[in-house]
Amino acid sequence: MFDEKKLREIEEQKRKWEEGPVAKTIGRFPEMKEEFTTLSGYPVERTYTPEHIADIDYEKDLGFPGEFPFTRGAQPTMYRGRLWTMRQYAGFGSAEESNARYKYLLEQGQTGLSVAFDLPTQIGYDSDEPISAGEVGKVGVAIDSVRDVQTLFDGIPLDKVSTSMTINAPASILLAMYVAIGEQGGHGPDALSGTIQNDILKEYVARGTYIFPPEPSMRLITDIFAYCSQHMPNFNTISISGYHMREAGCTAAQEVGFTLANAIAYVDAAVEAGLEVDSFAPRLSFFFAAQSDLLEEVAKFRAARRLWARIMRERYGASDKSARLRFHTQTAGCTLTAQQPDNNIVRVTLQALAAVLGGTQSLHTNSRDEALALPTEDSVRIALRTQQILAHESGVADTVDPLAGSFYVERLTDDVEEAAREYIREIDDRGGAPAAIEEGYIQRQIQESAYDHQKAVESEERVVVGVNRFRTEEKKAWDLLRVDPAIEERQREKLENLKASRDAARVETALEELAGAASTDANLMHPILEAVRSEATLGEISGAMRSVFGEYRAPIVL
Amino acid sequence: MSEGRIRVLIAKPGLDGHDRGAKVLARAMRDAGFEVIYTGLRQTPDQIVSAAVQEDVDVIGLSILSGAHNHLFPRIMQLLEEAGAEHILVIAGGVIPEEDIPALEKLGVSRVFTPGTPTSEAIGFIRERVGA
Repeated sequence: MFDEKKLREIEEQKRKWEEGPVAKTIGRFPEMKEEFTTLSGYPVERTYTPEHIADIDYEKDLGFPGEFPFTRGAQPTMYRGRLWTMRQYAGFGSAEESNARYKYLLEQGQTGLSVAFDLPTQIGYDSDEPISAGEVGKVGVAIDSVRDVQTLFDGIPLDKVSTSMTINAPASILLAMYVAIGEQGGHGPDALSGTIQNDILKEYVARGTYIFPPEPSMRLITDIFAYCSQHMPNFNTISISGYHMREAGCTAAQEVGFTLANAIAYVDAAVEAGLEVDSFAPRLSFFFAAQSDLLEEVAKFRAARRLWARIMRERYGASDKSARLRFHTQTAGCTLTAQQPDNNIVRVTLQALAAVLGGTQSLHTNSRDEALALPTEDSVRIALRTQQILAHESGVADTVDPLAGSFYVERLTDDVEEAAREYIREIDDRGGAPAAIEEGYIQRQIQESAYDHQKAVESEERVVVGVNRFRTEEKKAWDLLRVDPAIEERQREKLENLKASRDAARVETALEELAGAASTDANLMHPILEAVRSEATLGEISGAMRSVFGEYRAPIVL
Repeated sequence: MSEGRIRVLIAKPGLDGHDRGAKVLARAMRDAGFEVIYTGLRQTPDQIVSAAVQEDVDVIGLSILSGAHNHLFPRIMQLLEEAGAEHILVIAGGVIPEEDIPALEKLGVSRVFTPGTPTSEAIGFIRERVGA
């Protein structure tokens, strides 16, 4: 962005500055470390100058917000037109309790919903199955049938509020349940907006709630793409997630590289299934973590947008609309400390700032007490207020991509993009993401980074305030949220009532038809919708598919 | 028992998939010279206890972040007793509220390590209790 002559002058002046004032200062006050690095381990120089961005071409590499390659943002006016969606991930206990929490959050000014399901639901088991014992309602809401979903959204206008559901292996079942209750309330599928996570590849790598082997899992995903491209134009069909891999320990560049490699696998699968890329790609969405290295994270978000845009154009000849990366962000849960939990409010604020400076479309801010338990209502309110303060008081939302042109941020954006590209090349060489996951390559990379980080914390090379430095006597009695253990019994009763009052013959036929369709290449959304409408349970519907697809056995990678 | 290296089974009871802590600890224990077996995710109490007995381990490390510890740990401790394997040292880690710990210790869990514990502390504890 500078001419050659000017750059040489700057270079010369920098040399003088380093030999003069810098050398003199270091002679008297040595720098605190020999090498400074980002959280992800990349070297950080003393200062950045125009030389560092000499190879960046404004029009080609940055452009304008809302235009290819979208480095500066997904929309032309960004938060000046509409703020990001404030979307707190929530759910615990029964559908009744979670419904009350959603209404509370909406009253407090939250603008979208995000449903957390309990583990049995995420793995396709009903609350009364032996494997579910002790887990019902613990990390999210327990859902057994469409009746629970009805209760969950009772009194919430589905045509006005968008809903994100963190559901993967049984994504089509929960999507069908959402469609069914929409219909009951007079809203067709085209009136519903929201997101299903539906990203099975990262479940194999990092999150663990898989059910079926990769092949049928990918087929369920492309069935959803096909169904939604026809019936649900406002629904994000997938949220391709780097968040969980980052939480498992990977670096910023690995997060981008691995996530986009998974995204490529989904696009390939859909194209192979006969879908036109521009018919489904505009509804792909992404999900990243906001970690603690503020500027590295801003660069990461910008790099992810640019790299995805280029991949979509280069590999698939996709339209700009398909190439535009939109993403949700969650602040990094793994940075929350159980020690001095109020400090977490500050961590979350900085991470949320990174997400906003990076141009996120929606944001979840963690609560201060989440290293200890699910958050209390008070803690969630502070987390939501943090977003509102950023939105309305800090001024950072008033101009688009305010850090553009920073020598450091532009250099980092380029470096993260290049490093992520390198990981994608490596994964391509291994036959793509599913093959790289099967052989444990991605898992090993993440584990290496996680272990390096742990060693750095234990050697105090990385300071964690309140944990390895600046400790204080802990106040013991935190007022934590406890899930009522009676929930399990109540879900069991609900299931008994359901099974006594539904049309058993219709359920049986629906489940048989689903299993039959699973052995063909028919789109499974339709038989799943019929099974849901017949009030078959989530466990029964998953079971019908398990009987055909079998279950995934994860390789142990250590 | 102190013939040879300390053998540890790192186990993930329950349904949660958070295994960063389990894997980091497993690596640190290997680097400390222990022999470490990792079960993988979603292990039932029966699977954990039979793996521990078959592998003749000195220590079981239970890692759980789902909140189901109060349900699953008593079952594991009971099965260990039934298998005549009470001599195995059981430690635990994860998201376990402070107020749940006394009851778990009463069941025979020797130590519950809460978030932020350095791996060196867990390794030191094992060395002290198992020897070698």
